[in-house]
Amino acid sequence: MARAEEQVTVNKPHGLHARPATIFVQLANKFQSSVKVEKDGEVVDGKSIIAILSLGVNKGMPIRLIVEGDDADEAVADLKRFLENEND
Amino acid sequence: MKMIKLKGIGVSGGVGIGRAFVMRKDDLAIPKRKITHDHISREIYKLEEALIETRREISILQKKISKELGFDHGRIFEAHYLVLEDRVLIEDVITQIKNKRVNVEYAFSQSIEKYVSTLLKLEDEYLRERVIDIEDIAKRVLRKILKESTVTLSDLKEKVVIVAHDLSPSQTASLPKDKILGFVTDIGGRTSHTAIIAKGLRIPAVVGVEVATGNIDSGIKIIVDGSSGQVIVSPTEKTLKEYQKKLSIYTKEIKSIHISTELKAHTKDGKDAVISANIELPEELALVKKYGAEGIGLYRTEYMFLGRRDLPSEEEQYKAYCSVAKKISPQPVVFRTIDIGGDKFLSQPQVPREMSPFLGWRAIRFCLARPEVFKTQLRAILRASVEKNVKLMFPMISGIEELRQAKYILKECQKELKKEGKAFDEKISVGTMIEVPSAALTADVLAKESDFFSIGTNDLIQYSLAVDRGNEKVAYLYEPGHPAVLRLIKSVIEVAHQNNTWVGMCGEMSGEPIFAFLLLGIGLDQFSMSPPQVPKIKELINNVNFEDAKKIINNTLSLSTPKEVEKYLQKELKKLLSEEIYHMLMI
Repeated sequence: MARAEEQVTVNKPHGLHARPATIFVQLANKFQSSVKVEKDGEVVDGKSIIAILSLGVNKGMPIRLIVEGDDADEAVADLKRFLENEND
Repeated sequence: MKMIKLKGIGVSGGVGIGRAFVMRKDDLAIPKRKITHDHISREIYKLEEALIETRREISILQKKISKELGFDHGRIFEAHYLVLEDRVLIEDVITQIKNKRVNVEYAFSQSIEKYVSTLLKLEDEYLRERVIDIEDIAKRVLRKILKESTVTLSDLKEKVVIVAHDLSPSQTASLPKDKILGFVTDIGGRTSHTAIIAKGLRIPAVVGVEVATGNIDSGIKIIVDGSSGQVIVSPTEKTLKEYQKKLSIYTKEIKSIHISTELKAHTKDGKDAVISANIELPEELALVKKYGAEGIGLYRTEYMFLGRRDLPSEEEQYKAYCSVAKKISPQPVVFRTIDIGGDKFLSQPQVPREMSPFLGWRAIRFCLARPEVFKTQLRAILRASVEKNVKLMFPMISGIEELRQAKYILKECQKELKKEGKAFDEKISVGTMIEVPSAALTADVLAKESDFFSIGTNDLIQYSLAVDRGNEKVAYLYEPGHPAVLRLIKSVIEVAHQNNTWVGMCGEMSGEPIFAFLLLGIGLDQFSMSPPQVPKIKELINNVNFEDAKKIINNTLSLSTPKEVEKYLQKELKKLLSEEIYHMLMI
């Protein structure tokens, strides 16, 4: 099973709080692979809106995406592109 | 579903069988229940169903909003969908159900609370909005789990059993009485509001079940046995058949209760007893006549004072009292001056909430402190007394000074009316309510200055046994058959008779056949009760001998527990009455 990891800096003006969190989770759920998000050593399920919100990711924070599954590479690439894009 | 038996206090006899209708307050009360291993999958299934139903509900809402406000507005529900599908949340709930063995609604609300508090700690304004979304969705899901129906009772076509944590007077007022098969509540005792209403309507009721709303969902079949205090949820076929048989027997018996057109009740050996009614609203006058009560032994005057900010004027009160007196004439009516405070308040800012309202500023204490309010009522009652069938009594007298003060104010009113040339009955009977133990124990002193006594057992029992009748945790201690209560009552009646003062009783106790029998023996002159109880008690009086009732007094009073008292009285009555009448009275 493929596994992909990537360090990403969140460029969303409001971090992963408001709508971007919703879109991130929706996006993550489109892939078969499991999506985990790590921040300061805390790892949560990237497909859970409640978990992502609880992580409290602000603009400019580095996070790590840990994706496992058949479409891992594609998932990491899409999620990274979304997080680094400054537009909400 | 498995059959569950719940136990409460049966406060209004008979059997009700039907689907439950669970009434909830605005804020959702989430009960915590331990579940057994067998119920884990059922709880998880409830969660899944609730999530699917909520999703459907949101989708309808979203379509509506998109249509009305545009597609972008409809998108605000996207986060709602994500919450409904949130794996972390759902797994957390399932883990709790499995490991902690708790019911799904409790597990769900715990999980939500946990995440919400985490989010609030992050102190981000954008998150606050998300928190509101999550809480909103959580409420929707909880409502679905609790099967809280959005239909109101009045929309229902079939009759139901009302299940509630407690029923407020305003809730009961709005209930369509013809659709109710029974009442079940979590809290309350024998004299709670629900109990009194149920008795008045002859609807079976069990109160103080504690876990009723936690165990009963709307739409589920339940049986209420108001005689034994049993509530059976999802009965088996066998149990259902058993109770259907019981119900048909009860229905037949109720129909066979003879409503005597003759007002007077007398024992077989010729002793008279007055059986009258307790009422609160003018509309209940029809019931007094229907059930053949001999006048009104207690007319509660509070209703005019409740739910308004101003006080009813003398004219308004006079008209109300006068119309009651006229309609009931020539039978007597006893007006009790306002018993505000305790469980009823005046909706006025000057009446503060108290720590112990039943021991506080209520009834005669309130009236003596607010003579202008008191005088307005006394003048109105006096003016209504021209019909010559009006009597007056003061509630919650605790000693002779209070009675004297109240009578002094009454005298003042009489003088004023005379001066103004307004007519009233100068020989109006003035009575004292005996409902505080100190009054019962000084009955000899009070009797010398009272035309009559009326024993208010609801309060007398509460104060004698130190049991707050609204507190379900101690409600089991509220026992009319407690030897202490019986001894107090006996001594009050005896002392009153020694002083040529007649004695009535206007508590629920006089409407209970076993106690009515004992009270008859002790010599109670007037039995006053909710109107539907009247035919039963008349039937009792007409079928026993006064001499037999006298014989059981000593034995009853020598017993040591309320249970022994009840059993003994039942046994004696069974011996004295025909089987048919005995069964009819014991419903």
